Amino acid sequence: MTKLLEWISVTSAVLAVWYSLVGGYVKHKFIEDNMNLILFSPIIFVVLFGLYAVTVVLYRTFTFNDCKDEAEKLMAEIEEAKKDLQDKGLRW
Amino acid sequence: MALSGSYSEITKSDKYSILLPTYNERENLPIIIWLIIKYLDNSDFDYEVIIIDDGSPDGTLEVAKQLQKLYGSNKIVLRPREKKLGLGTAYIHGMQHATGNFIIIMDSDLSHHPKYIPKFIELQKKHDYDLVSGTRYKDGGGVYGWDFKRKLISRGANFITQLLLRPRASDLTGSFRLYKKDILQKLIDSCVSKGYVFQMEMIIRARQLDYTIGEVPISFVDRVYGESKLGGSEIVQFAKALLYLFATT
Repeated sequence: MTKLLEWISVTSAVLAVWYSLVGGYVKHKFIEDNMNLILFSPIIFVVLFGLYAVTVVLYRTFTFNDCKDEAEKLMAEIEEAKKDLQDKGLRW
Repeated sequence: MALSGSYSEITKSDKYSILLPTYNERENLPIIIWLIIKYLDNSDFDYEVIIIDDGSPDGTLEVAKQLQKLYGSNKIVLRPREKKLGLGTAYIHGMQHATGNFIIIMDSDLSHHPKYIPKFIELQKKHDYDLVSGTRYKDGGGVYGWDFKRKLISRGANFITQLLLRPRASDLTGSFRLYKKDILQKLIDSCVSKGYVFQMEMIIRARQLDYTIGEVPISFVDRVYGESKLGGSEIVQFAKALLYLFATT
């Protein structure tokens, strides 16, 4: 199964459950009392997931490891390489 | 005893072919070769470097010839091509001439440090992985020379890709990897994309074909010379490849 099909099947299963609740196919006092919440739950879920995504991406952006030391070490090695190669007669 | 003896014989016969596709890398090539020699001669691994120059007008090939003279033609192998023909075909071309049973691919612009190669090899040996990928996104990996915008795009793209494709690897667009030779051949055969998204497709196909993947954190020092590339067209290419792989794998 492709990832697209996985997404479609899981999403339709969840929406089917949601629809059965909203459409009144399943009767229970709890469902009737919380109808507004259930009605808007897909939107609430999407908004909450969006907030989670933004938080995670921003957190990872700010904590992205800046390899300053590694860059400096590389620069030093480049100088060493240039000198050594020149001593060995390489011209470029 | 007999078992460990035969194991060490197998490992002794392992050979690593490093493929270096180049285009206008006259400045960087001698340094990357010097670094490879420095870090691999310190280890006991048998290796060769295959330079695939795509007719660089800046004379990269001429420098490569000097390097071959300096370090020997058993270590430095030149397999130039007439003109720029793309990364995927460069790997196929290089592989045809590779005498190793493992292939290492890396960029020649000094963003990939050869000191990680022995780590790739050791991790592969320990778990018999089909491929080992360098990662900028995990445990001690990182980048140098990226501004906030570049980091944000990179992290955002990575988040979406992980969500949609669940690739079992944290760095999809990186191109510092070690492959078993036959595995790389099969992956290239099953890939359709061109350009830099080719790297992403390779690792997604690896997941699809159930190959095992190991990861080594790397520091990615972005282009010391030359300029870095991430424009609108790269982002469009990436989005297209992402949707294509989402719908087909």
